[in-house]
Amino acid sequence: MTAYVLGDSWTMTRRELARWARQPATVVVDVAFPVMLLLMFGYLVGGGRGVEGAYVDYLVPGMLALTMAFGLEGTMIAVTQDLNKGVIDRFRSLPMADGAVLVGRSAADMLQSALSLMLLGGVGYALGWRPHGGPQGLLAAAALLLLFRFAMLWIGIHLALVAGKPEMVQAVQILVWPVGFLSNAFAGPDSMPDWLGIFVQWNPLSQTTTAVRDLSGGPGGESGHVWAAVLWPLALLAVFLPLAVTRFARPRD
Amino acid sequence: MAETAIVIEGLRKRYGGRRTGAAKNALDGLDLTVARASVHALLGPNGAGKTTLVRILSTLLRPDAGRVEVAGHDVVTEPGAVRRDIGLLGQHAALDEDLGGRQNLEMFGRLHHLGARRARARADELLARFELAQAGHKPVKAYSGGMRRRLDLAASLITEPEVLFLDEPTTGLDPRGRAEVWGAVRCLVGGGTTVLLTTQYLEEADQLADRVSVVDAGRVVADGTADELKAATGGDRIDVVLRDASRLDAAVARLPLSGVSVDPHRRLLSAPVTDRMAALSAVVAALGEAGIEAEDITVRRPTLDEVFLHLTDTAQHLKEEATA
Repeated sequence: MTAYVLGDSWTMTRRELARWARQPATVVVDVAFPVMLLLMFGYLVGGGRGVEGAYVDYLVPGMLALTMAFGLEGTMIAVTQDLNKGVIDRFRSLPMADGAVLVGRSAADMLQSALSLMLLGGVGYALGWRPHGGPQGLLAAAALLLLFRFAMLWIGIHLALVAGKPEMVQAVQILVWPVGFLSNAFAGPDSMPDWLGIFVQWNPLSQTTTAVRDLSGGPGGESGHVWAAVLWPLALLAVFLPLAVTRFARPRD
Repeated sequence: MAETAIVIEGLRKRYGGRRTGAAKNALDGLDLTVARASVHALLGPNGAGKTTLVRILSTLLRPDAGRVEVAGHDVVTEPGAVRRDIGLLGQHAALDEDLGGRQNLEMFGRLHHLGARRARARADELLARFELAQAGHKPVKAYSGGMRRRLDLAASLITEPEVLFLDEPTTGLDPRGRAEVWGAVRCLVGGGTTVLLTTQYLEEADQLADRVSVVDAGRVVADGTADELKAATGGDRIDVVLRDASRLDAAVARLPLSGVSVDPHRRLLSAPVTDRMAALSAVVAALGEAGIEAEDITVRRPTLDEVFLHLTDTAQHLKEEATA
């Protein structure tokens, strides 16, 4: 069945795209939500603690990374909904490649995230964000952000497969927010109590944020974080991708 | 080509109990053989293990013990080969509700690896055959119950499978929807497809199946044609509802019936009969002679309850004899 991995994955990706075409409103809401957050933090909260230089140059890379982190929720909700639909029984009883359902999901989610990044970057530019790293720096930053999203995606799939029930999604949502905010996305760890600062510095989200700031020449960027921003997501993927795929392929007990 | 499409030996499946200790045997040593190109009905109440069996046969669930072969392939060691040869109509619609009917069928065709062009052609063919061509573009969630069931059935027939599983195909449908599904199933028979269907309705088994297995508590308790099973339960029954409950005893004494059961609350007496029309006129005559007024007289087939109670009573009886 492995010969059909690509074809079947493409079929499942087309399924997600066809659903977008049927319900464009949900995609628009998902893509626009981070824009709202950016505007909120840019205008309402303004200042930013422990930040030197223009706050918008600090905030936009943080928001880009945070949007990738929050993608975990969206993936988890979508997979949970799918698992609780009858159609999943038909997929499982068809002679299709084992991982195709999950690959289709991740392709669609990655596409949506790429759209989100472009829109968010555009709105950031309108707010005054001026990246200085040149096109190469921007491309590298986008690649790191999408790599981080890819890791979040497979954590989301795994959590959905483990939890199974829509009620569990809420519990995870409650946890994702503090983990998202306990990062350097909005404020520098120097402004925080020591114990919190350590957690914030180790948060993989902070690594990606710092690397993106570095690559876009913004304040709060430190060189040397690019490797951490590559290795953290890869480590997470090495754990959660195989866990999710084997869990999905296994027949129910 | 083998003469049997499905072979099941000593199949066991147990649910739960890992944490609570309250394990339940869904299947308890079930044996079943289904001949190729036949329609076989599994008749039983909720919780008898019918759905568990269908899920194991269609590789969705792993058995705990026993041997299961579908179209010559073992469901545990060759799930891929089994999936190529089966179609599944589950109890709940296995469709993408957000997509259109044609989109669903095309997607399943591609996942059967028909290729884009053949998948499209097959989708059109099936939509026309199940009278859904008009609704092909509408999202499935806008379909009626009967339309959804027909689309689901179409989706399970994409490759003209060797073995088709229908799990309670008409539960929850109105009479018209039921007639539609029955018509579609009848069309399949004769095309060489083996059909295994589960049902709670004796009438459905009677209408569609060549053979019927009665399932209770995860085992087959009786096997045969619908006529054989009904004969074993005493064939048809007559129900007489009286105006006045106090005349029930008098009626039992005067009527030319044996094996009469009485339900005073419903003013009802019920008995097995061999010749429907003769029994009906004899009862009418006897009631008139005795001056007992009847409110309603019906001659009917045994209900599933009666067949089922009769068969499980017999099974219980045999079990007690064996342990004594």
